[in-house]
Amino acid sequence: MGVEFIYPEFEVIRNEARCITCRVCERQCANEVHSFSEARGMMISDESKCVNCQRCVSLCPTRALKIVKSDCVLRENANWQNDTIREIYKQASSGGVLLSSMGNPKPLPVYWDKILINASQVTNPPIDPLREPMETRVYLGKKPEKIQRTADGNLNCDLPPQIELSMPVMFSAMSYGSISYNAHASLARAASTLGILYNTGEGGLHEDFYRYGSHTIVQVASGRFGVHEDYLEAGAAIEIKMGQGAKPGIGGHLPGAKIVGDVSRTRMIPEGTDAISPAPHHDIYSIEDLRQLVYSLKEATAYQKPVIVKVAAVHNIAAIASGIARSGADIIAIDGFRGGTGAAPTRIRDNVGIPIELALAAVDQRLRDEGIRNNISLVVGGSIRCASDVVKAIALGADACYIATAAVLALGCHLCRTCHTGKCNWGIATQQPDLVKRLNPDIGSERLINLMTAWRHEIMELMGGMGINSIEALRGNRLMLRGVGLNEKELEILGISHAGE
Amino acid sequence: MKQYVIVGNGVAAAGCIEGIRGVDPNSPITVISEEEHAVYCRPLISYYLEGKTDLDRMQYRPQDFYEKMKCRVMYGRKALHIRHDVQEVEVDDGTRLPYTELCLATGSAPFVPPFSGLDTVAEKYSFMTLDDALALERGIDPTSRVLIVGAGLIGLKCAEGIVERVASVTVCDLADRVLSSILDAECAALMQQHLEQHGITFYLNDSVDRFEGHTAHMKSGARVSFDVLVLAVGVRANTVLLKEIGGEVDRGIVVDERMKTSVPGIYAAGDCAEGLDIALGQKRVLAILPNGYMQGYTAGINMAGGSVVFDKAIPMNSIGFFGLHAMTAGVYEGEVYEEKTETSLKRLFTKDDLLKGFILIGCDERAGIYTSLIREKIPLSSVNFEILKISATTAAFSPEIRSKKFGGVV
Amino acid sequence: MKRVYVNEAWCLGCHLCEYNCAFANSGLDDMVLALKGRPIYPRIHVEEADKITYAVSCRHCEDPICVKSCIAGALSKEDGVIRIDQEKCVGCFTCVLVCPYGALAPNKDGVMQKCELCLQNTCGEPACVKGCPNKAIVYEERGEAL
Repeated sequence: MGVEFIYPEFEVIRNEARCITCRVCERQCANEVHSFSEARGMMISDESKCVNCQRCVSLCPTRALKIVKSDCVLRENANWQNDTIREIYKQASSGGVLLSSMGNPKPLPVYWDKILINASQVTNPPIDPLREPMETRVYLGKKPEKIQRTADGNLNCDLPPQIELSMPVMFSAMSYGSISYNAHASLARAASTLGILYNTGEGGLHEDFYRYGSHTIVQVASGRFGVHEDYLEAGAAIEIKMGQGAKPGIGGHLPGAKIVGDVSRTRMIPEGTDAISPAPHHDIYSIEDLRQLVYSLKEATAYQKPVIVKVAAVHNIAAIASGIARSGADIIAIDGFRGGTGAAPTRIRDNVGIPIELALAAVDQRLRDEGIRNNISLVVGGSIRCASDVVKAIALGADACYIATAAVLALGCHLCRTCHTGKCNWGIATQQPDLVKRLNPDIGSERLINLMTAWRHEIMELMGGMGINSIEALRGNRLMLRGVGLNEKELEILGISHAGE
Repeated sequence: MKQYVIVGNGVAAAGCIEGIRGVDPNSPITVISEEEHAVYCRPLISYYLEGKTDLDRMQYRPQDFYEKMKCRVMYGRKALHIRHDVQEVEVDDGTRLPYTELCLATGSAPFVPPFSGLDTVAEKYSFMTLDDALALERGIDPTSRVLIVGAGLIGLKCAEGIVERVASVTVCDLADRVLSSILDAECAALMQQHLEQHGITFYLNDSVDRFEGHTAHMKSGARVSFDVLVLAVGVRANTVLLKEIGGEVDRGIVVDERMKTSVPGIYAAGDCAEGLDIALGQKRVLAILPNGYMQGYTAGINMAGGSVVFDKAIPMNSIGFFGLHAMTAGVYEGEVYEEKTETSLKRLFTKDDLLKGFILIGCDERAGIYTSLIREKIPLSSVNFEILKISATTAAFSPEIRSKKFGGVV
Repeated sequence: MKRVYVNEAWCLGCHLCEYNCAFANSGLDDMVLALKGRPIYPRIHVEEADKITYAVSCRHCEDPICVKSCIAGALSKEDGVIRIDQEKCVGCFTCVLVCPYGALAPNKDGVMQKCELCLQNTCGEPACVKGCPNKAIVYEERGEAL
């Protein structure tokens, strides 16, 4: 109260004429916003606890609820905006670093929305994907520079290890611990059915999910949690995580409260201990050090698994990528500054890193210029929102995309951005058993499969429009892109012409 | 081709017919029915008087039941004797019905003690059959003062059925409490209080010494004047048909778990039969409707060549008066768990890791879950009895039992 | 035959099934009109104990003890579905006494009611299944295990 008081951000609007006091909202809110007042014979709410996750809204059988942004605001000020002032109040009260979840919500440029895709007219006919074969399969891994033949003249098919994907999209890293068992089960089952991969993140691989190993990327991050021989052997590929788009330059911290039961066992750390992933890998201070880890992992898995190195998109990304391409890694994954997270310091999330579109264009160009583009496949993530973002990314030079926010949205996430509280009402970013069970993997995997199937159809339609029948033929084909409303420098970095040119 | 004969046309007979037809769709079935009515359920007669049902709705089975079941019913006929040597039943119209399998579903008859001066009472009725109820209905009017002798299930249901249609209802019983066969003193008191609130007067621990016309002189010295007398003292199993040919008869016709009597080819079911009460662990007549049907059904299947046993019989009763329901089951022995309020009472009896019996008054929700514990002899150590005793819920069962009960993953 | 099955692992204990059931059997097309401001009498109920929740409705037993025990002949089994003729029911509660699942309960008038798989109303498929947000209640063929 008093100076500490911050007016609730949201209001719970209950249509009394519709409310049948079934109390579903009350039972479904882990934040305990709703309750039934025996005295008043009606539902009441404490909106100060509301995070606007919309769980109650979604389950109310009579559509009696809605959550709206409170119009109780401070005097308008273009410089000192409400959110800025609230953050100051919070810090003045707590003395702490502000925490946030999911991706950067600030109105920073989304270059995907300023890039347009070409279509064929008259002279180069489009292709109807419903009538003609259309290939969306891609292979990730080192490619030979040219066709090689053996001494007796046969084709040398002895390629370095490759990942086959039915479409150029994978589910990116989210650890078991940051998300629930059922979320992982949904991702693993969907990836297997779809013929793509999901990524364990730095939480190890739950023993129940080893059977999905051929569709799993196992991650090795700075905490090395859950890493052992069987784990490395279980996956289709191994990813070394150097950084994350939402919080470049800092490590991770899963509080001890979440390190319980299977999470503790899977991470191979005692229950209740904080899982702290250091900002750096303490054995990597150079590309040469990275190369040692890459080859250690390859050695441990008999050179059968491609190694991915994941970095955040930062200022020097092109030079960093060039180094990684020379480290022996098979794939580089770049995570843009709009990427999501289960928890990150707000200032870092909102102010560190660069947009993935610019990073991708710069990296692809640099690797080509240096003649090492075939050394490595390029995967990009950090807010790939739809099929056209995928198509634009491929045309800018990516081999495939990573999605995570879109995937959790398919699982039911309503982007309330309070994953860090551990009370996810949708059963995704929580380890509370009563909440975890809210995500039935039968439903979750089906929705992920639906989403990816829809995107694949859209990708094929966009490809057909361009007259392209194989996604490989689109990679790096920047002629298929035009910018709108971009300045010359931006166009130059993206390597595309302006619309009309 | 078999020839089935069923003596009796009550619920046990209906069960027997359905049991036979489940196995043998065609062999002829003949039913000898003393009453002129198609099968109905006798406990409904009080509901009939109360207006909660009518003659149409009282039909236990649809109108085309006998036709569909290919049954011949001899209405208004009485089986006189069994000629076991030639496998025939002698009927009072002179017919001799040959049988290959015979089921005795003869039920029970009211037992009337030799009250002195009973012959001086003009308006007296039994309360067993529909015809009894119809006769009683004709015999009462809004000015009638009714005396019911017997505060058991039959007498009290009769009282409930007519109390709104007569001037007064008085019930007397030799026992010191109502429903003495199923309730202990405290539970009976709760029920009695409720009945009294609905206008019924009791003379308990007292009985009629003699009748002088329409006045009952009680043993206690009290005098009760009445216009209409209902005798509901008790019933006796109708066993004579088997007894006279030397079959084993105790209080009822003794049957095994296949409902076979001691005489080959002859089965018995329902209120006339004495089978094993698994709660008590000994044979006795369990004159309750579910048992009647299930015994009949079991007899029918076995008569037709199938093989099935009925070994789950326990005493149980659900009886309600003016909205207050009492449910009882099993035997009242062992440790007692009790919950009481002003208007409800729950008693669970546990012994040897089993629920042995219960009395529930005014708290009947999901009582069948308790009944199943008794019937299936589920060890209490395998359930969470702390939860279960407070509320009947299958959630207190072990995951294995739940999974089995609910057919797969629970 | 198809039956309603519950999956404890996915039951949220939200009780929506009870409300959907009561609504489906109300004969009204407006849930608010049907359920607002009055107690509900659903034919399915959520069992809750010690963090376990799951919904229970009539199992439509192969060997239905309720049908055999009904003193009024009001319960019957047709095509695998146990139905109740509410006109015939006299409210003796014997079915409540014998049902091992606690699947029968009186309606507001004291007449017994039970799940009839929404075959008697206009819902088309069991309303509890249709409305379950987490597929904890399913309507499917699983063989006769009961």
